[in-house]
Amino acid sequence: MYSHGSESLIKQAREIQDSELQKFYSRLVKLLQGKELGYEMVDSLQRLHLILSANKYIRTLPPELQKRLQSLLSSPAEQFQVLSSAVLRETLPPAAHSGNYSQENIVQLNSHAAALLLSQAGSRADVSSLCTQLLRGLESRQSEGPTNSLTHTLPILNTILTHNPECLTEDHVTLLSKKLVDWLRYASILQGGGASSGGFFTGPRSRQPVPIAELDGTVSGDFFTVLCVGQSFTEDQWMNVFSFSALRHWLLTYHSVSNGNGTADTDDRSEVDGSVVSMVSATSSSSRLLPPKERLREKSFQYCQRLIEQSDRKAHKKSDADLQKACLVEAVCILDCVCEEDASLVFRAFPCIKALFGRLNSDLSFARVLLPIAQFYLNHGEMAAVDCGSVWALVFGRFPSELFNDPFLAHELLRFLRLNLESLQLRVPQYTHSFPNLLKFLAWDSPAVVDDFVDLLPSLVTAGTAVELLHTLLDLPCLSATLVLQVRSTCLPISEQSGRGLLSLDAFRSTSFRGLFLFLLRGEAGSGDTIDRLSTLHELLVETADWPRVVQCAQIVPVLLHIFFNTVITVADEKLLAHLILVMLERSSLLLNIPKYNKEIHRVFSSHLLRLCKLHPSLVMDQSHELLEFSGATANVYSKEEIYTHVVWVLGEYLSVSCDSRCSVTLITSCFEALEAVLFEITSSVPPPGADCPAPRVVTTLMSALAKLASRSHDLIPRVSLFLSKLRTVTRGGSVAWCSDEEDLVAIVTRGEELWSLLKAPGVAQSVLTPPAHVTTPQWHRDTNVALPLRLRTLTNLTHSH
Amino acid sequence: MVRCFLIHTVCPVSALGAGESRVLYCRVFGPDESLFTDQEREFSPEERRVLQREQTAVVARQVRSAASLSRGAAGRLLMEALPGEEALALQEADSGVLRLRAGDPFPEEMSALWLGVQSLGFTLVCEPHENLLLAEGTLRTLTRHCLEHLHLLGPGSEVLLRSDRIDALLSRLLPHGQLLFLNHRFAHSLEKEVAAYMTK
Repeated sequence: MYSHGSESLIKQAREIQDSELQKFYSRLVKLLQGKELGYEMVDSLQRLHLILSANKYIRTLPPELQKRLQSLLSSPAEQFQVLSSAVLRETLPPAAHSGNYSQENIVQLNSHAAALLLSQAGSRADVSSLCTQLLRGLESRQSEGPTNSLTHTLPILNTILTHNPECLTEDHVTLLSKKLVDWLRYASILQGGGASSGGFFTGPRSRQPVPIAELDGTVSGDFFTVLCVGQSFTEDQWMNVFSFSALRHWLLTYHSVSNGNGTADTDDRSEVDGSVVSMVSATSSSSRLLPPKERLREKSFQYCQRLIEQSDRKAHKKSDADLQKACLVEAVCILDCVCEEDASLVFRAFPCIKALFGRLNSDLSFARVLLPIAQFYLNHGEMAAVDCGSVWALVFGRFPSELFNDPFLAHELLRFLRLNLESLQLRVPQYTHSFPNLLKFLAWDSPAVVDDFVDLLPSLVTAGTAVELLHTLLDLPCLSATLVLQVRSTCLPISEQSGRGLLSLDAFRSTSFRGLFLFLLRGEAGSGDTIDRLSTLHELLVETADWPRVVQCAQIVPVLLHIFFNTVITVADEKLLAHLILVMLERSSLLLNIPKYNKEIHRVFSSHLLRLCKLHPSLVMDQSHELLEFSGATANVYSKEEIYTHVVWVLGEYLSVSCDSRCSVTLITSCFEALEAVLFEITSSVPPPGADCPAPRVVTTLMSALAKLASRSHDLIPRVSLFLSKLRTVTRGGSVAWCSDEEDLVAIVTRGEELWSLLKAPGVAQSVLTPPAHVTTPQWHRDTNVALPLRLRTLTNLTHSH
Repeated sequence: MVRCFLIHTVCPVSALGAGESRVLYCRVFGPDESLFTDQEREFSPEERRVLQREQTAVVARQVRSAASLSRGAAGRLLMEALPGEEALALQEADSGVLRLRAGDPFPEEMSALWLGVQSLGFTLVCEPHENLLLAEGTLRTLTRHCLEHLHLLGPGSEVLLRSDRIDALLSRLLPHGQLLFLNHRFAHSLEKEVAAYMTK
């Protein structure tokens, strides 16, 4: 598809020499002068376009060429309109361009010339005047004008409105509202081209005008919509299509509640409550009395109701069936929009929406239509006092668990959650418990939806579910593997045994391990934090560690964990935080064995362990038993070096009476003994087979921790000093089995000597190694001792002029 | 509204770095959005154009990366369809949708729908409230027409030299970025016009 030929073409276009280019320009001018608009002209223009667009820097054409191309814009042959528009779009507009907007009559321009004008608009004023002209043309349009000039008016206006809704005045809005009503509601219901103009019978070919038909072939019995078909179409039927296509955007721009309509509606609501609620849109006769905006609202309402009813018909073609779905989405969104503006419409709309929901909710192929319905329920359900339980059961239940592999549904559902987060947290109590289901989207296609989860995850972190959520996040790659297995399981027949990677599939299908997988696939939180046989599960899934989805998922887990921890400290009490530390220690050895995954998770754990303990130093006391047990196991030095280092550090730093009054001398001593034993062991023997030498940081951290503990209980000091001097002696002999690098060894020994000399003066050691709080949290100018030199320095700088 | 339509590479290109994408066709609709954001200074037309080109380059790169990750995860082998097998190529195409955060690269949040047909990607960047079902259908139709009328399954480089065909196609099916609700009769009528243009 994309060949070397294309690459070289682009290269040629970019590197064309200026002299060659000028020759090309003059040849082109000659061709244009010649008026013979043939193949050579087309080819040259195409090449010119390539040359101009190949660079991101804009070129200026010679004025003569520019002028001739400009005149080509109104050529009768469309190809020249397109080519000249495309070429001119790639060049600078001529200097005296702003005049064009008032002089040219944009309505006379074809679509391509109009596109050029739009893209060259240089300021808001240009765009506004374009707008005004378009509408003037619309107003004064005679019926015998060219048909195509109208159809591009609405799209151009629509695209301008995205950025600049203020360019339409009240009058313009009123005018367009009236036009839209005409096109939407009163388009012809006869097929175009059938009626013969003029009075004569022109022979056997003349026909009776035929009415339009529905998508299932039956004759249409109501007004024309986008779901009506005919052999050919009249102009107003085309405008019907264009109007509906632009309608939602129009309503969102000019009919939003923030336009000040809100207050008026609250008054109206009381009147509606008292009156009879009409289920049928019988107000059409009275709507003639409504002002244009309200009339448009009413007609939009009717149009959408008709579309919903038309979508129930069985279309003959698949493309039409797809269109019906798209129309349903649009219709529900428009109904939502008009109901936001005029609350009295809710009572008319709800029966229709409810019926639609009833019709579609068991068919998952309509899932994307059900999302706007859910939005409608969320926005108006409370007012109409409708029970939304079945809607949320779908959105948080069936959709994630059965349609996790539909990328478009995932995108739209997560967007729905993001946009309505506050509302959902208020009205849908099961939201915070639905994370096992919602995370299935992430587990299946991490790169596509991780961005959404970065925004959503904080809302899912609550004190009640934090522990279960942490376990779920850590096992997200397992969920990923399980979902792949689930999909494969439904595709492959049970008897097939060929292919690789079947061990896990067999396990997935076997009854003895079913429970493990079912836990991962659960839909709601609350049935347990995790399972006992987690290690069994990991073993069963060991071959999945190189599956692309699993690997992609493993890469995003650290990011989510950071978000989790950052959020949980804002909602958790100390008891929960202590529990989380426990989970971190436990799970550090209980992870699916994916390359680099363990290391990354350990790194995340380490940084947050540090942070938690810094915020709440008494946590170290709370979990001292587990932390001691962890730090006393020498195997942890080799298998979980990062976490081990940090655990030792927090023990050394925070296990003191100044951090928590419950700390006793016995506790300090037992901690000391545990760490001392490990330090002895790792510095006197070769590392176990398969493990690297411990990093110097582990050794120095252990030494520092011991020194800190000793400074708090002075009778431990001789033991430390003895060890440190022994260390110095041993290493003087040269290399050692437990340290491969000489420089590292020197660093370790130097540190040891520093600590040794510090401990010779216990009082000093204590204030250095266990500093009181006011030293570690400097108060700068608020502290009398520190403030004086600062004040003196400031005064000096102020009074001495340099 | 659709902000832009791109055709770009989703395969490795030797002249570019890894992960880079060559934009072969790019059409941005509507007035330049930098006119309406509150800038400290006005951009000149040259600067606006460079900005626009860089924005579309960012989108192409992000879609390229999304497409290659998606293909890797699906684990399917890329099969080469031959000219004449456009419908098959379309059926086998990967598709997805990407969220472009506000500021990256457009001022507001956008959704980028993409279709990956062998080594080329077709991307529609839509405003977020847009009807994505309709956008998806329109993208597929546009891709099918591009594959057929530009003979993209062959080795040619018509997408570069015959970009006016794509312009004409877009002016019918996606005029000024407006997605249209077209039933098969309306679509047929427009496609007849498109076919008439292509035969010139």
